Amino acid sequence: MHNPQLNANGELTHLLSIEGLPREVIVHILDTASSFLKVSAREVKKVPLLRGKSVFNLFFENSTRTRTTFEIAAKRLSADVINLDVTRSSTAKGETLLDTVDNLVAMHADMFVVRHAASGAPHLIADHLRRLQRSDVHVVNAGDGRHAHPTQGLLDMYTIRHYKRDFSQLVVAIVGDILHSRVARSDIHALTTLGVAEVRAVGPQTLLPACVESMGVRVFNDLRLGLRDCDVVIMLRLQNERMSGTLLPSAREYFRCYGLTPAMLELAKPEAIVMHPGPMNRGVEIDSDVADGPQAVILPQVTYGIAVRMAVMSIIAGN
Amino acid sequence: MSRLELPDAETQCAELADLIRPRLHPDSVLVGIHSGGVWVAQRLRELLGLSSEIGLIDVSFYRDDYGEKGLHARVRPSSIPFDVEGRPLILVDDVLYTGRTTRAAINALFDYGRPARIQLAVLADRGRRELPVCADFCPWRVELEPSLELILSAGDDDRLQWTVAQDA
Repeated sequence: MHNPQLNANGELTHLLSIEGLPREVIVHILDTASSFLKVSAREVKKVPLLRGKSVFNLFFENSTRTRTTFEIAAKRLSADVINLDVTRSSTAKGETLLDTVDNLVAMHADMFVVRHAASGAPHLIADHLRRLQRSDVHVVNAGDGRHAHPTQGLLDMYTIRHYKRDFSQLVVAIVGDILHSRVARSDIHALTTLGVAEVRAVGPQTLLPACVESMGVRVFNDLRLGLRDCDVVIMLRLQNERMSGTLLPSAREYFRCYGLTPAMLELAKPEAIVMHPGPMNRGVEIDSDVADGPQAVILPQVTYGIAVRMAVMSIIAGN
Repeated sequence: MSRLELPDAETQCAELADLIRPRLHPDSVLVGIHSGGVWVAQRLRELLGLSSEIGLIDVSFYRDDYGEKGLHARVRPSSIPFDVEGRPLILVDDVLYTGRTTRAAINALFDYGRPARIQLAVLADRGRRELPVCADFCPWRVELEPSLELILSAGDDDRLQWTVAQDA
């Protein structure tokens, strides 16, 4: 089967989704990231790999943090970064996504980092580039709709590997709004590909996708049961914009049932780590005492995220 | 292929140490280029009785063939556990050939600071330079066809040994 992320030699040329990525490719990205982590700790935080390349950040949906970390990663690879405020310019004037892409390719873009509210938008761009036979232009998915956020998934795997070393014995709980979460989807695909012992999806039934079990996870509606003997707890942001609907009674009620408090965290293994993709809602999905506590690895996740994005960009731009 | 007598790499490490010793600065530190250069640097550190740890450098992020070949399949983390600023460095590699790896390593080292000097120590110099680079210390100069690859490897007993292979 044709995998749109791989070139004819089976090498990664776009990063669109973790689903369908061979295990070796994921491990290669993580291994490469550990070398880039050392670069970011130096006084000169740059290497010349992407010197002369132009990376276009195409964010059709707001995200200061993800855009900034991609920008930092590209700059540390010596690329030129152009941030396009597409929502307020060409798209607002009626230009189609692919027309925008064609114009930027005409400006000699080498890479697009794409965030879009529509699932599949980065895939559409990659497909378009293939039809144009522009295998020298690369696409990174920085989050598309509810589909995937592969670099977040990869940085989560980097973080877990850093603290736990071996995936095979781990029990990982993903807690919260899994229904709307592209992070959860990417994490689940990555964890099952890397062969963890158990992935748990923990949340109220209204925030779990139908047939989530088919992704190879165990479902828990009770946080207490879901956290028991976990090695890793991945908290998801409760998207405030979802609170107005009928999915949840109130933020306070949610915190009472699904908020990660120190007492709840005691149900997990004593050395369990707590992760969060950010931005956090303190007092909604996570208690401040946990977020700032010794088991939280939320800020290291941010640091590793830059190294992982450097690894992804340098691998795909070279293939 | 005409049969080539390959010298014993461990003996050559001792010869290389003998070449370096008279010109060794007390502050000198060794920096090995992954992976063959690191093995040689480890031998040299023992033979020269140096107390300071060796540096390890992977030049993948500084290579000039990234545009053609992409990122090296196995990048290992570089580790420079000392202050490069003002230090005399001895860069160590197994084979000196086109000089491009040396160029990349020098660029990488300058991103850690401005060393007092960099000298180059290699076990083998196989000529055919493409850049103005030459070794300060080298026990073995050998002419090889470009289609042949000269490879240093560590055996099961940890002894370093040379092999020659037809380039893929």
